[in-house]
Amino acid sequence: MTLRELAELLEAEVICGERHLDEEFERAGASDLMSDVLAFGESGIVLLTGLANIQSIQTAEIIEAKAIVYVRGKKPSKEGISLAEKRNILILSTKLFMYKACGLLYRKGIVGVRN
Amino acid sequence: MVSHHDLSRTFEIKGRDFSKAGSISINIKEILRELGIDPVIVRRVAIASYEAEMNVVMYANKGEMVLRLNPKVIQITLEDEGPGIENIEMAMQEGYTTATDEIREMGFGAGMGLPNIKKNADMFELKSTIGKGTSYNIVFYLNSKGDV
Repeated sequence: MTLRELAELLEAEVICGERHLDEEFERAGASDLMSDVLAFGESGIVLLTGLANIQSIQTAEIIEAKAIVYVRGKKPSKEGISLAEKRNILILSTKLFMYKACGLLYRKGIVGVRN
Repeated sequence: MVSHHDLSRTFEIKGRDFSKAGSISINIKEILRELGIDPVIVRRVAIASYEAEMNVVMYANKGEMVLRLNPKVIQITLEDEGPGIENIEMAMQEGYTTATDEIREMGFGAGMGLPNIKKNADMFELKSTIGKGTSYNIVFYLNSKGDV
């Protein structure tokens, strides 16, 4: 699936990093806990989270996530957006809750990180 | 194959400065990437370094992180000035934490940090003195056994 298809599926707003929309991804991970993302995250995943702080962007960069999807309509601060632009990360924001966003992706064949 | 000269860089970490937290590790990641180090190793170093950096920001007053590199190993050492760790054996267990609510709200404090450093490193030594601080020695081999 491309990141553009992901944005359409989740009816998500593109906050920054639009130039990455045609890139593909296969796996996703979801957590509000950055400790867990750091411990279990994989390179190239899409990270779904309800935590829209600076640390979510730093963590995504460290694990080399392809994109961040903020759920429940959350958006990063201006500071967060400029950091994400600097780090070259695609950020999306969807009004969907975490469970539904993950469910829609899973139904389309996007699986989770390796256990 | 790494053919560059030995490298040593020192970084100062400020405690409680959440807005900058992580920037040193991302800097380290960029340095290693530019040197052409294996991306799998770069990612492991970055994760371990970020966990250590976050520990200083969350728990200590300040810290000094040093990145050293030679053709055999990447080494990250960190000395912090802070409360120290009362029980290192407990702190190394997944899920054990002394985090405050503020730290949890940042998405951290799940008791995964030190075990995750150990998981990503080839060697991890942790020493701590109560009331003084904690020191980390984290080593990554650039090939399987650290041989040239």
